[in-house]
Amino acid sequence: MTLASSAAVPGAIPAPIIEYSQLAPMLVVFSAAIVGVLVEAFVPRALRRAVHLVVAFASLAAAFVWTCVIAGTSSLFANGAAGHVAAMGAVGVDRPTLFIQGTILVLAFVSVMLIADSSQDVSVFAGQAAAAPGSPEEREGLLAGLVHTEVYPLVLFAVGGMLLFPASNDLLTMFVALEVLSLPLYLLCGLARRRRLLSHEAAVKYFLLGAFSSAFFLFGIAMLYGFSGSVRLSSIAQAASTNAANDTLLFAGIALTGVGLLFKIGAVPFQSWKPDVYQGAPTPVTALMASCTVVSAFGALLRVFYVAFGTLTWDWRPAMWVVAILTMVVGAIIAITQRDVKRLLAYSSIAHAGFILTAVIAASAAGLSGSLFYLATYGITTIGAFAVITLVRDPGGEANHLSRWAGLGKRSPLVAGIFALFLLGFAGIPLTSGFTGKFAVFQAAIGGGALPLVVVGVVSSAIAAFFYVRVIVVMFFSDPVPDGPEVVVPSLFTGTAVALGAVATLFFGIIPAPLLDLASHAANQLFVR
Amino acid sequence: MNSFPWLTVAGGIPLLGAVVLVLVPSRGALSPGDSAPGDSAPGDIAARNRLAKLLALAFSLVTLVWVIVMATRFNASGPRYQLTETYSWIPQFGVHYAVGVDGIALVLIGMTAVLQPAVILASWNDVDVLGKPVKNYFALMMVLQTMTIGVFAATDVFLFYVFFEAMLIPMYFMIGSFGVGARQYAAVKFLLYSLLGGLLMLVAVIALYVYSGESAATGHHGTFLIQTLVNVTLSSTTQKWLFLGFFIAFAIKAPLWPFHTWLPDATASAQPGAAVLMLGVMDKVGTFGMIRYCLELFPAAAHYFTVLIITLAVISVLYGAIVAIGQTSLKRLIGYTSISHFGFIVLGIFALTSQGGSGATLYMVNHGFVTGALFLLIGFLIARRGSDKIADYGGVQKIMPVFAGLFLVSGLAGLSMPGLSTFVSEFLVLVGTFDRYKVPAVFATVGIILAAIYILWMYQRTMNGPTPEPVAAQLTGRDLRARELLAVVPLVALIIAMGVYPKPVLDVINPAVHSTLTQIHVTDPVPAHPATAQNGAQP
Repeated sequence: MTLASSAAVPGAIPAPIIEYSQLAPMLVVFSAAIVGVLVEAFVPRALRRAVHLVVAFASLAAAFVWTCVIAGTSSLFANGAAGHVAAMGAVGVDRPTLFIQGTILVLAFVSVMLIADSSQDVSVFAGQAAAAPGSPEEREGLLAGLVHTEVYPLVLFAVGGMLLFPASNDLLTMFVALEVLSLPLYLLCGLARRRRLLSHEAAVKYFLLGAFSSAFFLFGIAMLYGFSGSVRLSSIAQAASTNAANDTLLFAGIALTGVGLLFKIGAVPFQSWKPDVYQGAPTPVTALMASCTVVSAFGALLRVFYVAFGTLTWDWRPAMWVVAILTMVVGAIIAITQRDVKRLLAYSSIAHAGFILTAVIAASAAGLSGSLFYLATYGITTIGAFAVITLVRDPGGEANHLSRWAGLGKRSPLVAGIFALFLLGFAGIPLTSGFTGKFAVFQAAIGGGALPLVVVGVVSSAIAAFFYVRVIVVMFFSDPVPDGPEVVVPSLFTGTAVALGAVATLFFGIIPAPLLDLASHAANQLFVR
Repeated sequence: MNSFPWLTVAGGIPLLGAVVLVLVPSRGALSPGDSAPGDSAPGDIAARNRLAKLLALAFSLVTLVWVIVMATRFNASGPRYQLTETYSWIPQFGVHYAVGVDGIALVLIGMTAVLQPAVILASWNDVDVLGKPVKNYFALMMVLQTMTIGVFAATDVFLFYVFFEAMLIPMYFMIGSFGVGARQYAAVKFLLYSLLGGLLMLVAVIALYVYSGESAATGHHGTFLIQTLVNVTLSSTTQKWLFLGFFIAFAIKAPLWPFHTWLPDATASAQPGAAVLMLGVMDKVGTFGMIRYCLELFPAAAHYFTVLIITLAVISVLYGAIVAIGQTSLKRLIGYTSISHFGFIVLGIFALTSQGGSGATLYMVNHGFVTGALFLLIGFLIARRGSDKIADYGGVQKIMPVFAGLFLVSGLAGLSMPGLSTFVSEFLVLVGTFDRYKVPAVFATVGIILAAIYILWMYQRTMNGPTPEPVAAQLTGRDLRARELLAVVPLVALIIAMGVYPKPVLDVINPAVHSTLTQIHVTDPVPAHPATAQNGAQP
C-alpha cells in the first residue's frame, strides 16, 4: 500500500505519508485476519471458534463504525472536495467508496453469521480439506471431529481485499486487492463438508478462470501504463484526454482491464464460472460471494470507468451496451432451465449484474447513486435468500433441487413465505426493495439516453419473473413430496440473517427515502480523482 | 391541501382486517380449556374458519359504511380531485403519496366496497374443502381490496404503478393456491401477462418522470403528480411511445383482444369469488387507466391511435360474444362475455364524446355488479353440482325457482335488457360512438344481438327443459340459502335500481368525464339527434 510513484532525490528515500486514520477500516480488518491466524496457532481447539467469532464480529463492527466516522469527517470534504487521495496516491477516500465499504462491512457481518452457524452439522465446512474425498484420512478426521476454523481469518482477508478493491486509486493496488480478495475465496469454495467433489470442482474452476481473468487485468494495466506512463487512474484519464497518439494501447487496455472487472461481477460473456461456483461452494460462502464480492467488484468497475475512462464514455459505451444486453438476456433465459436453487440464484445474479450495468453506462451521478442503492439492497436480499437455502435440508445435506421444494409452503409457511418475499424482491415487484432499486437504475439509464437498453431490461425482468414465480408455484401450489426435506429451525445466527434480509427487503421497498438519500449524497460528487 | 384522510382510512381498513385475520390462531382451540393444545379437532378448525370469515365480513362492511359516508363528502360540482392527501414519499424521485378522487374513481371505489362483502358472503364455504388455511384466502381478498382502492385513489403515477403491480400478488395466490383445475398454469399465465404489460408501463412511467424533469411546466423537477403532469407538453413522437407503454398494460388488464388470452384460463381456474374480484374490480383498473392516464397525459397520441383502438374494441365486442356462444363451461362463458363487455367500455372511452365517456364509466360499475351477480350465482350452482359444464345441467328452474329468477334477472342485465342497469350504459356508449364513428357503432350493436344469444341459450340449456336424473338428485330442495340470498339480492337490487334511475351515479360521473374531455381539447360533435344533446347523458 505504500507504493510511491514519485522519484525523489537520489540516495534519499522519502518516508511515505500514510493517513492511518483514513485507512483504519481496512487496517482493522486485515489486522483481525492476522490475529485470526495467530488464534489458529495458539488458542486451544475448544476455544477457537468462540475467539474467532469475537475477533471477526468485533473487527467488522469496528471497521463499520470507523467508516461512518470518516464519512462524517467534514474536513475531508471541505470546500467541495470529492474526498482525499490517501497513502501516496494509492487509495481514494471519497463518499462513494465509503458507501461501498460500509455496505460490504454490513453484508460481511451478516454473511459471517451464516458462516458461523454450526447448529445442524458440526459446521458446513470440511473437517480436513486436504484429505481426499472418500479416503481413510477423511474418515479419521471426521471421527476425530476435526473442524476447520481457518475459515474466519480467510473470510477476513477476503473482506479486507474487498474493502481495498473499490478504493484503489491506482491499478497496481487494485490488482493486489483483487488477488487478496480472490485467493481466500478460491480456498473457501473448496471447503464444503458435503458433496465435496462438487465443491472441489468449484474451487478449481474458480481458481483457473479467476487466474485467467487476473492475467487479462494485469495485461490491461501494462497496456495502460504503456499508453500513459502511469498506473494512477487520474493520470490515465489525463493522458487519455490529451494524448491521441497511442489509441490502440489505450483501447486494448480498456478492453483488458474491463474483462478482468466484468469477470468478477459475472457479466456475460465472462459468466461461465458463476453457476458452478455458486452451486459447489458452501452456501454461506456463496452468500458472501453473491453479496460482498459483487458489491466490491462493481465498486471497482465504477471507479475505473468513471475516473480513468470517464472522458472516453463514447468509446466504451457501445461495448458496454452489448455486454449489458447480453448479461440481462442470457442470465434471464438460461435461468429458466435451471432445476437447482443455487444455480438458479447464480443466473439470477448474472441478470441482476446486467441491470446494474445499465446504470453504470449512464456515467452520471444518478447512475452511480442508483448502482449504490441497488447493490446495497440486492446484497442483503441475496444473503437472506441463501440463508433460507441452508435451512431446507435432506439427511445428506441441503436439498437444493427444486423438485424437493414442492409443497414447502404447506409444511413451513413462514420460511416459504419469506423466501417468496425474497423472490418477489428479485423480480422487482413494487413495495419490495428490488423494485425501488430497479427504478433507480432504469431511471438513471433513461436519463442517460439509454431507453432501448431499459426496454431490454424490462423484457428480461419479465423473463426473469417467470422463474422466480415458478419457484413460488413449486413451493405453494404443488403438493408436498413424500419424505420431503425437513426445514430446520434456524439458529439464532441464521434466523437473524433471514430476518434482516426480510425486513430490509420490505423496509427499503416501502420507505426507501433514507437510503436513497444516503446513496445520492454519496454519489453527487462522484469519485475523487 | 390535506383533508381528513378519508381515502387512506378506506384503504387501511381492509389491510387491518387482513392482518387481524392472519393473527387468528391456526392451531389449538379458540378458547383455552376446550381441548388439549395442539389438538386440531374438526370442530375447532370449523370454529376458527368461521371466526376468520366473520371478521372478514365485518371489516368489509365497515369499509362499505366508511366509503358510503366518504361519498357523501364528495361534491360532484366541486373541484376535479377531492378528498386529497399529498405527502412526500420518495423525494429523490419526486414521488408523493398522493390520493384523491374524481367522480370516476369514486364510483369505482364504491363498486369495490359493495362487491367485497357480497363476495365474502358468497365464498363462505368455497375453500373449506381444500384443506388449506381458509383465513389466508379471505386475508388475500382483503389485501386485494386495499390495493384496488389504492389504485383508483392514487393521483401520483408512481403510486398508481405500485398498486397496479402489487395487486397482482394477492390475486396470483388466490388463483394458484385456492383455485381449481389447472390453477398453477392459469396463475402463472395471469401473472406473467400482467407483469410483462406492467414492466412495459414501467419504462413509460420512468420516461415520463425523466421528460417531466426537462419541462418548464414542472419547474425542471421531475414529478409524478398527475395534476402537474397534465400540463407537461411532450413531443408527439414521445407521446406515442409512452401512450403505447401505458395502453398495452391496460389492454392486457382490461382485457382487449388480442391481449385477452390469459383471461379465460384465469376465470376458469379461480374460485367464483376470486373470479368476481378479478373480472369485476381488477380488470376495471385497465379501463380506468385508459381514461385517467392514456387520455389525459397523452392527448395527441390518444387522437392518433383512436381508429386502431376502436377497431380492436369492436373486434373484442364481436369476438368475445361469438366465442362465448360456443363455450361449454359456465365460467369460461362468463369470462368471454366480459371480453365483449370490455370491448364496449373501451369503445365508449375512445369515442371521445361525453356520452361515450359517461357510458363507459357507468358500464364499468354495472359490469361489476352484473358479472358479480352472474358469477356468484354460477358459483352456487357449481358448489351444489360439482361441475361447471353446461351439459351437466338442465331444468334447474323447476327445482330451484328462486335461484332461476335471480339468474334470469342477472342474465337479462348481461344482455342489456331495457330497465336494467347495463342497458343505460350500453346505450350511452353506442350513442356516443355513433356520433363520431358510425360504422364501428353499427358493428358493435351486433354485439347486443349476440349477447342475447349467449345469455338466453345458456339459460335455456341450464334452467329449462326436462330435469336430468343426477341434477334432480343433487339440486332438489337445495334452493338458495339465506347467506347466498344476502350476497346476491343486493346486487340484483342495484342492477334494477340503476337501470331505472341512474341519475345519481351519472351526476357524479359526468363532471369528471367532461373535465377529462376538456383536458384533451375535445368537444362533442354536432349531435345526430337534438334530443340526445339536450338531455345530456340521460337516456
